[in-house]
Amino acid sequence: MFERHKITLLASLAIIYFISARFSSSISPYIYQIILYIGINITLAVGLNLVNGYTGQFSLGHAGFMSVGAYAAATFTNNAGDATLALLKPLGPMVSTSIVFGAALLIGGLAAGATGLLVGIPSLRLKGDYLAIVTLGFGEIIKVVIENVDALGGARGLTVSHPYTNLFWVYATAAVTIYVVLNLVNSTYGRGFLMVRDDEIAAEAMGINTTKYKVLAFTLAAFFAGMAGGLYAHLTQFIYPDGFNFQKSVDIVTMVILGGMGNTWGVVFSASLLTILPEGLRALADWPSLPKWMGGLLGNRMIPYSLMLIVLMLTRPQGLFGGMTLKRKKA
Amino acid sequence: MIEFVQQLINGLSLGAVYALIALGYTMVYGVLRFINFAHGDVFMIGAFAGLYLAPYVMWLWHFSPLLTVVYMLLLLVIAYALLRHPWIALLLAVGLYRGLVALAPPIAKLQDNFPAPSWLGMFVVLATAMVVCAILGVLIEKLAYRPLRNRPRLTVLITAIGVSLFLENFGQYAFGVDPQSFPDLIGDQAINLPAWCGPFTDLTIMESQVLVFAVTIFLLIALRFIVTKTRLGTAMRALSANPVATSLMGVNNDTIISFTFGLGSALAGAAGILISIQQPSVDPLMGLQPGIKAFVAAVLGGIGNIPGAALGGLLLGIIETLVVGYSDELHISPGYRDAIAFLLLILILLFKPTGLLGRVEREKV
Repeated sequence: MFERHKITLLASLAIIYFISARFSSSISPYIYQIILYIGINITLAVGLNLVNGYTGQFSLGHAGFMSVGAYAAATFTNNAGDATLALLKPLGPMVSTSIVFGAALLIGGLAAGATGLLVGIPSLRLKGDYLAIVTLGFGEIIKVVIENVDALGGARGLTVSHPYTNLFWVYATAAVTIYVVLNLVNSTYGRGFLMVRDDEIAAEAMGINTTKYKVLAFTLAAFFAGMAGGLYAHLTQFIYPDGFNFQKSVDIVTMVILGGMGNTWGVVFSASLLTILPEGLRALADWPSLPKWMGGLLGNRMIPYSLMLIVLMLTRPQGLFGGMTLKRKKA
Repeated sequence: MIEFVQQLINGLSLGAVYALIALGYTMVYGVLRFINFAHGDVFMIGAFAGLYLAPYVMWLWHFSPLLTVVYMLLLLVIAYALLRHPWIALLLAVGLYRGLVALAPPIAKLQDNFPAPSWLGMFVVLATAMVVCAILGVLIEKLAYRPLRNRPRLTVLITAIGVSLFLENFGQYAFGVDPQSFPDLIGDQAINLPAWCGPFTDLTIMESQVLVFAVTIFLLIALRFIVTKTRLGTAMRALSANPVATSLMGVNNDTIISFTFGLGSALAGAAGILISIQQPSVDPLMGLQPGIKAFVAAVLGGIGNIPGAALGGLLLGIIETLVVGYSDELHISPGYRDAIAFLLLILILLFKPTGLLGRVEREKV
């Protein structure tokens, strides 16, 4: 099922590698950082879209899975990173770093995926509002647990010693995520996801194991969130439990909703837009001829965001690109 | 034993606040079948209404009790107008506020020399916050939720999250991010228990704890009366049972839904004042945790069920206080305090999703 777009994926990975190698050093650090955040947010939002968009479930605890991935990956590189590097020394610095970081991301993803599976199996029996609240609850529980584990730094946070994240890793992860999601939704599984979303009772009547599809979507989304968490940890080099709070989950959900639930490219667009927008708003808020009260309103990005969310729901609840696809219709 | 009773008392006064907030969730769920995510933030606005208006109101009470009675009557008029004409009510409320400010000495002078604590004055502050929150609740429903009637539930839920985020962040913009200390309205102190209490003389019971509990019981009885004995309450229960039938019977569903939001928000406003008297620190994000916990309480009691919400709130308050109080014996860190409610929620939803007093509702195809 992963045959489609294989060439596209490989080609885009090559292009990302080329761009990363050629331009990384010539971009200003500020812009570079924003570009990296865009990639991380794309991974998060496209992954969550699998649950909230295609499968029609409403998860509000995605930041929790991101934090599991971030802490797992960071713990791996902090504790075993140097030893593994020394072991892999004969392979040269680039290959060995790549192996270590790739392994860290995978560990992050797997840890988050396992957590997603654990959370998903009981909670996905619930529907709609209840599921939203329970996932929110699990997100908070994960946060509180991390806050109380001393080995992870508790509420003080954890310093990540290796700044491995770069343009290649971020966009390679994003490309792989998009590739997997696009292939998945165009497969038998994708039909299952859509059917669960459109009419769960009908799906059950047709003999579809709805719980299986929901848990699969949830676990995969958690896996990608874990990878994104690993990237995030090795970019900021400092992670703390409160950075993965409810607000962060809502950020990701907003990206999915704005882009259009169940439209991967729409979500890619909105994730990019919503990452750049706060920076633009901040610049606008600092604009000297703007009245002071307006600067304050624009400076807190959540005020325009929340208004946007309300207006969007009132006028276009399917999101900017909801109900549209880039794919050509086949008879 | 003494320690257990002490924890129980602390738990009850915390649970009373949860119960008041939970009632709003449960009533709105009863009529509209959706979770009003912004309810916890209405509670926060109630606390801030108290913070900003208490100096004026307390001053008014000390200045002239007669004028205060007039003020209370005007509040009643506003509450009455709210049912049919929320904008007029808002206008009246702004007018009343302007009048109050014009009458009272400047706020700087009031804050330096805060009016003496007074129980009756506190009740006027409580009524003020309830009216402010009722107006807010009705307007939120009118602007954000009413246009979405009959849309998918998820759309309304997302809107509610949007409203909640807006209130929190606009609150941060308007009130400042830092916690502010809430004035001591009643001159809170521990009650000296008489000697005949025997071993219980050692209990520390604050006046505020008694107040919170008494006010909650009073509001619960008042709510019970409104819901079961008045025409509006009857219409509310009928609407919850079958909205199509009520509209065929000549009930204006929109009015009843407005009324439900107003009533629930007023209770949240009262809870905002009561918790600020107990824990005198208010900040724009204070509604988040109590809001979610009160929701858990509503689910615990059976969402949509009014006595259930009250019971769930009290139970949750007691459970939370006991677990934190006996954290050493249970070998868990008190830092897990905020996780208790969520754990409880997950357990209820998995094993008894209808809650303690709720009914089974079958999904129709």
